[in-house]
Amino acid sequence: MVKLRYSDYAALRAHGEETYPHECCGVMLGKTEPDGNHVHKIVRAGNTRTDRAHDRYNIAPEELIRAQRQARGLGLDIVGFYHSHPDCPAQWSQTDFAEAHWVGCSYVITRVDQGKAVVTNSFLLTGTGEEDKLFIDEAVEIEVSQSVIEGQREKGQE
Amino acid sequence: MNIHIPTPLRAYTGGQQTVSVPGATVGEALERLVGAYPDLRQNLYTGDGKLRSFVNIYLNDDDIRYLPAKEATATEESDELTIIPSIAGGN
Repeated sequence: MVKLRYSDYAALRAHGEETYPHECCGVMLGKTEPDGNHVHKIVRAGNTRTDRAHDRYNIAPEELIRAQRQARGLGLDIVGFYHSHPDCPAQWSQTDFAEAHWVGCSYVITRVDQGKAVVTNSFLLTGTGEEDKLFIDEAVEIEVSQSVIEGQREKGQE
Repeated sequence: MNIHIPTPLRAYTGGQQTVSVPGATVGEALERLVGAYPDLRQNLYTGDGKLRSFVNIYLNDDDIRYLPAKEATATEESDELTIIPSIAGGN
């Protein structure tokens, strides 16, 4: 299970809408707890694959190092990454799998259709290394604050 | 010098996120690291001893692949090494 605050969940989906028709990407900082990865903060990253940003992404190692330092400063770890699939399913691809090396981390993928985020799924990379790594589906748990619930209720009454 | 270990490799360093090792060069420090934590070796290096293509090693803010002396680069006690696997993909 990966647990996100509603604001972070909404922000990573919005990121995919902003960069459409290109893929967005980012880093998730948090803690690994017995029940899964708890995300405390998301950090947007640039997609360096400008040659084919519509179906590829890459985060510059320098950005990863900055994110790792930021995590350390906050007493957190890198617990996952997110990216978008413009007009493609929110499922990991062979490319995603081949390029996945962060065992124990959550890989969150959002399908963005015609500029609108429609589905967000998460996959946990399990195993001990390259030889036996495996993506498994994991639940996405969204923490919704009372103010968001009340805001939605008010919208519904309008 | 301090070597920062990324989340997926901490299983091989007893959960430590930073390991301190002596070393006059980057290569020496890395060798000390895998000497202390042998299970790290296969995650960092290929069978013929080359750094795996998706493993990035930074000496402070510099990718060691682009340093003139690469792994033979001299280090100071106050330097920091960061191991950072790449992150990429796409549909």
